[in-house]
Amino acid sequence: MTDKTVLNATHRALGARMVDFGGWDMPISYGSQIDEHHAVRNDAGMFDVSHMTVIDLHGARTREFLRHLLANSVDKLKITGKALYSCMLNEGGGVIDDLIVYFFDEAHFRLVVNAATRAKDLAWIEQQAAAFDVQVIERPEFAMIAVQGPQARAKVLGLLHEVDRARIEKLGKFAAAAAQGPHGMPLFIARTGYTGEDGFEIIVPNDHAVALWDALAAAGVAPAGLGARDTLRLEAGMNLYGQDMDEDVSPWEANLGWTITLDEGRRFIGRDALEAQKVAGVKRVMVGLVLDDKGVLRHGQKVLTANGQGEILSGSFSPTLNKAVAFARIPAGEPGDVRVDIRGREVPVRMVKYPFVRDGKPCDGI
Amino acid sequence: MSEIPGDLKFLKSHEWARIEDDGLVRVGISHHAQEQLGDLVYVELPEVGSAVKAGTGAAVVESVKAASDIYSPISGEVVEINEQLNDKPETINEDAFGEGWIFLVRPSDRGELDELMDANEYEELVENEDH
Repeated sequence: MTDKTVLNATHRALGARMVDFGGWDMPISYGSQIDEHHAVRNDAGMFDVSHMTVIDLHGARTREFLRHLLANSVDKLKITGKALYSCMLNEGGGVIDDLIVYFFDEAHFRLVVNAATRAKDLAWIEQQAAAFDVQVIERPEFAMIAVQGPQARAKVLGLLHEVDRARIEKLGKFAAAAAQGPHGMPLFIARTGYTGEDGFEIIVPNDHAVALWDALAAAGVAPAGLGARDTLRLEAGMNLYGQDMDEDVSPWEANLGWTITLDEGRRFIGRDALEAQKVAGVKRVMVGLVLDDKGVLRHGQKVLTANGQGEILSGSFSPTLNKAVAFARIPAGEPGDVRVDIRGREVPVRMVKYPFVRDGKPCDGI
Repeated sequence: MSEIPGDLKFLKSHEWARIEDDGLVRVGISHHAQEQLGDLVYVELPEVGSAVKAGTGAAVVESVKAASDIYSPISGEVVEINEQLNDKPETINEDAFGEGWIFLVRPSDRGELDELMDANEYEELVENEDH
């Protein structure tokens, strides 16, 4: 039995190709996945991301709880509406999930976690929350639409109530605020995303989601499926949970060291394991690969290096670069000439620093 | 859904075969197959002069989503390949039954063609798949 978002009938009416994604019946594309990708890079596109799980945390000790739960430090969140990306680790330092946490007030924070990990995340969070007397409340009554691209913010702003426009226009990156949308519908608008483009992720009550989608479409925002979302985030150098990291991978091995805050005296779950790994030396690293020849790098392909084998994590054709790019996890150390086994053929690839694409343009050296 | 040309024969794995006037057999993938694959980005063509065997892999098409083996509907020798696909693999998305053909075979046993599905049978297969 697959779940459906409140926009399911809208996707089907648009002729979307639907696939099972983490137990949800979701649109992979509406026509050409590559056209949808370019629409986001060059103009504005929208994604139904209502399958993602919104969880509100309530209680006087919520901040203290999150200091314990998350590997990034919620003490960076000082202003209402500010957001933070973090990993949630197990005791072994493996990644249970990656998420965004929003700060409303000391007694109210919000988490947005992945769809495919919903059940285990909720169980883990509830288990950990009990000691802090924090209430964990899932919010399935919300849908979520991500509007992304260089024209995304302008197109959303045009739909907001006049009194809110200037304030939402000034919203900084990784910050969120409430605003009124078409017909006064209540929106929670965050300047976040998963494409490497500017834009908003908008949380909207289910009752209003179709009207918001239709208003965005009328404003010239192109519907885009999860296929385009995947190539966009790969080009932007963003990890996908389950493919680039999981409970057997530490943030050090997934290029997520920048999200770890080893602030003094904070005992977060997984910290001891992370510190021990750092002392012992991290054995595997995550790198970016570019294939200049024809062919496509894909998840699971073997990567051959001077230090032994690794494997492709996320890999795909990059519509912006017109060639294949990938993340790979390989043994640490100077890898020599890196090759990938594509159906029994050893193909040379270039190891590069990623992101591959930023602000719609190929990065230097890609 | 684009109309399936009545002169084509099909494998269950969605390759089509068209017998040309000169007795050569042109091979491609169906409109339905390209729809399932999505945007094609790379086609690995067989070599001219190579032998292909009915029901075994002769080419590979890759879309953004996946790589897919293309089985030859008939045994024989490859006499021509669609070089246009090297630069424009999307031709298959645009015209799967025409300009998007993949290779041309001089068949060694024309009797193999009788094993293939006709257009009506193939249409039925696709309809059942969609349910």
